[in-house]
Amino acid sequence: MREIITKIDEITGNIATLKATGVGLGELAVIQSPGRSTLGQVISLSGGSVTVQVFGGTKGISTSDTVRFLGVPMQAKFGESLLGRIFNGSGQPVDGGPEPVEEEIPIGGPSFNPANRIIPMQMIRTNIPMIDVFNSLVVSQKLPIFSIPGEPYNQLLARVGMQAEADIIILGGMGLKFDDFIFFKRTFEEAGVMNRVIMYMHLASDPVVECLLVPDMSLAVAERFAEAGRRVLVLLTDMTNFSDSLKEISISMEQIPSNRGYPGDLYSQLAARYEKAVDIQGLGSITILAVTTMPGDDVTHPIPDNTGYITEGQFYLRYGKIDPFGSLSRLKQNVVGKVTRKDHNDIMNTMIRLYSDCRESRNKIAMGFKVSKWDELLLAYGKDFESELMELNVNLPIEAALDRCWDILARHFDPVQTGIKQGLVDEFWPKDTIKAMEKAA
Amino acid sequence: MSALGKVVAAYGNMVTAAFEGSVRQNEVAYILCSDGGRLKSEVIRVRGDKCNVQVFEDTRGIQVGDTVEFTGDLLVVELGPGLLQQIYDGLQNPLPKLSEAAGLFLKRGIYLASLDRESKWTFTPTAKEGQEVAAGDVLGWVPEGKFEHQIFVPFNFIGKATIVKMSPKGEYTVDKTVAVVKDENGKTRELGMVQVWPIKIPLKLYQERILPTEPLVTGCRIIDSFYPVAKGGTACIPGPFGSGKTVLQQLISRYADVDIILVAACGERAGEVVETLREFPHLEDPYTGRTLMERTIIICNTSSMPVAAREASIYTAVTLAEYYRQMGLGVLLLADSTSRWAQALREMSGRLEEIPGEEAFPAYLQSRIAEFYERAGLVRLRNGQTGSVSIIGTVSPAGGNFEEPVTQGTLAVVGAFLGLTWARSNARRFPAIDPLISWSKYLDQMRESLDRRAPGWIDRVKGAQRMIHEGAEVKKRMDVVGEEGTSLSDFIMYLKAEFLDAVFLQQNAFDAVDAANTLERQVHTFDQVYAILLKDIKAKDKDDARNIFFRLTALFKNWNSSPWGEAAFRNYEQQVMDFLRD
Repeated sequence: MREIITKIDEITGNIATLKATGVGLGELAVIQSPGRSTLGQVISLSGGSVTVQVFGGTKGISTSDTVRFLGVPMQAKFGESLLGRIFNGSGQPVDGGPEPVEEEIPIGGPSFNPANRIIPMQMIRTNIPMIDVFNSLVVSQKLPIFSIPGEPYNQLLARVGMQAEADIIILGGMGLKFDDFIFFKRTFEEAGVMNRVIMYMHLASDPVVECLLVPDMSLAVAERFAEAGRRVLVLLTDMTNFSDSLKEISISMEQIPSNRGYPGDLYSQLAARYEKAVDIQGLGSITILAVTTMPGDDVTHPIPDNTGYITEGQFYLRYGKIDPFGSLSRLKQNVVGKVTRKDHNDIMNTMIRLYSDCRESRNKIAMGFKVSKWDELLLAYGKDFESELMELNVNLPIEAALDRCWDILARHFDPVQTGIKQGLVDEFWPKDTIKAMEKAA
Repeated sequence: MSALGKVVAAYGNMVTAAFEGSVRQNEVAYILCSDGGRLKSEVIRVRGDKCNVQVFEDTRGIQVGDTVEFTGDLLVVELGPGLLQQIYDGLQNPLPKLSEAAGLFLKRGIYLASLDRESKWTFTPTAKEGQEVAAGDVLGWVPEGKFEHQIFVPFNFIGKATIVKMSPKGEYTVDKTVAVVKDENGKTRELGMVQVWPIKIPLKLYQERILPTEPLVTGCRIIDSFYPVAKGGTACIPGPFGSGKTVLQQLISRYADVDIILVAACGERAGEVVETLREFPHLEDPYTGRTLMERTIIICNTSSMPVAAREASIYTAVTLAEYYRQMGLGVLLLADSTSRWAQALREMSGRLEEIPGEEAFPAYLQSRIAEFYERAGLVRLRNGQTGSVSIIGTVSPAGGNFEEPVTQGTLAVVGAFLGLTWARSNARRFPAIDPLISWSKYLDQMRESLDRRAPGWIDRVKGAQRMIHEGAEVKKRMDVVGEEGTSLSDFIMYLKAEFLDAVFLQQNAFDAVDAANTLERQVHTFDQVYAILLKDIKAKDKDDARNIFFRLTALFKNWNSSPWGEAAFRNYEQQVMDFLRD
């Protein structure tokens, strides 16, 4: 550790430039102002001058402040004692507990060797039918929740966190509202899962740049736990804030923006984080579920657009429900009907096809066209489908959810109308439904 | 002569170095970090006594004053037996070996030999002592899988030489001398089986380039029949996320009728390569019965791997493709995705503070894209054989908008455009290649060869393409005036177009039979489909017409998923014939 008392030459945005030698790219710096200290990271070197990105923001920083370079890049604390703890964006405990002392690990490490990857084959049960049945979550998958601000995405994230089969849950909050932070904390405490949760909380009122560290810290810690054989679920909310911070930094660095002000490397930056999701053969795994709020519900906005190219599908959250149409899990084919029940694939497709027909019938009504008997069946079916499966508060294990699908179908249709293979109808079609009873009568 | 330099500035993966002596544009340099790391990099701009280098690794820890070693050599790949079945990163590091050396994660600064130095190859000499040779002449061959892998006089050999000594037939490692030659200056040189070639310079040691006129069969009906690609040709597949680019690329990599497939996973998800990686060793090559892996090389520089190496990966892949073309083989390069490569160019251009073009892409984007696709081609080699490199590149346009610079730059230089759209993928019409926007210049270019296989083929295909457009016109009108306002004949036109789409253009990738069709089968099916399109359908009303086409569609779908020539296949075919006779 070298102490350099230096005059800061330039302060713009969240960036400070000063004269120093023997400093490495990516090195951590502490800027000591009277009464407070702030972390920073070296992001560029030029001759004798060093540019430092100040995580705590440059407000109040004086040109006469002391800057100390620590000789190491940003690190995160790691150890079993992290479980149940809450940290801020720069890794300081904010729950009143002591600083963990076990080990310090580098963050933003190299990527997993693709040759060591395996085809993911394990499903993660969440007990949310719209996920388990229609777009199954698979171990090591990276999935964003695309949503407009105001949707209950944090509630969904918290529920998945509580219910998913995972050994450790790491929640990374970026630009989180205080209320949402308390909501997460309370939900995890009430559910009694707090002892396997680690929270990195960057609140909306915290310095903007600090939120850049949240995914890196969350994922570095996750990586170590996964190497130790643990199944880790990383929840990130909201990656749009993360991307906006990147934008802010790159513009302060006078980089040429590529699309709507975002830096040209937005894709690589996001990919470097999402690609940390991995299933390590014989050891643990990292699964990532992240929130991306879409500015103006526009999926072609650079953030959701780049995210869509990186992640393995997406959940669309609309009007408080997971929309079955835009949503997609690219890995579901690895598990549907293979680790789940054999009727899964057919029932999933049939339910969606009929629901899509139902939407067309609704359009007919909206346009003032005449509705047929078939349309009426579809409309009634659609209503039950929405209330019994799509509502976010529906909580069912997948087997029960599949049974419920059969139940809803049997309530409204004859087997032939569904086009399901005879073999499956014989085995799974409910024998004692109201419809059957009516027919008997 | 190699020079030395010092780091004077660093930002992201770009480092500025001051040097003494001379440096070459695009030469390889190593930055010696204070922690002992040696980071590979490439000179991309020279200005006075300073040059900019792009670093192929994570640049953390680089300090002002670190030593830079200039090698004097351009960025090269190793060529020789043992390339097939390999999984390389963008700089041709073998990833499985890297894993043995560095563990689960990649580690910066480790560079391994691309070709195995231990394994032995049975070399059979074909050149004779006393023979005069030049760069690219064949010295002998070794068996590599089912191929005779030819051993060449190095492509960068200058002038003529006389063979002084040929090694006898036997087992050699790649470094062992197989021939001793005396060059024009009387200097003796020992030649082995491995040589290097700079990746950014096209390998042009052939007699001439010739016009591609033979189809490259991919097994995908909409491509092969409607928008074909020629052996030695180029095609691009742009599509928004979720439109099925990857599934399409994977299908092509399995079923394409070429000798060698190069899969360049450039800046895409690692998970996508994994399927190829894990499954190809167990899947059968439909043409030879060997495993698919035996004809495959994977270049894998996925999205979280260093960006500069991503830029190099495309060139690495095409250089390996050119090498095998030099042996008279047909090679297909699948580049997924060229947009990520263009983004790597953009990142670097931004750091160089170049004046940006559209969407901040550098002004030379278009010419770089053209240079890359122009490395494809069908060539006549000096020994009269022909070899080809075909390139199918995917493009990931931002927001699915084809007006963006990479798509437009690519469209200007490729021979076929296979546009994927959300409209089709949302309607679950796969492959989501939109027949209304796609085109191929090879349909006319290959007229002679295709018409030889099936007389009148091109005209029939064009007839069917017109029907797709007419059907779409009817659909547009119908959306406004409703079914009621559409005449029965127009409605039948629409149903015919839908039928053609459903049973011929769409294909079920998850059906063992339907996933890929031989050209023979495509012609066979298409002729029946076309007969139905031409047939005057007698229907009482629209419902009746709809029902007729429902039945036909179901019938053809069953026919499509029946194995070629088997009883079920003949049975469905008979039903089709019966319908056509009525």
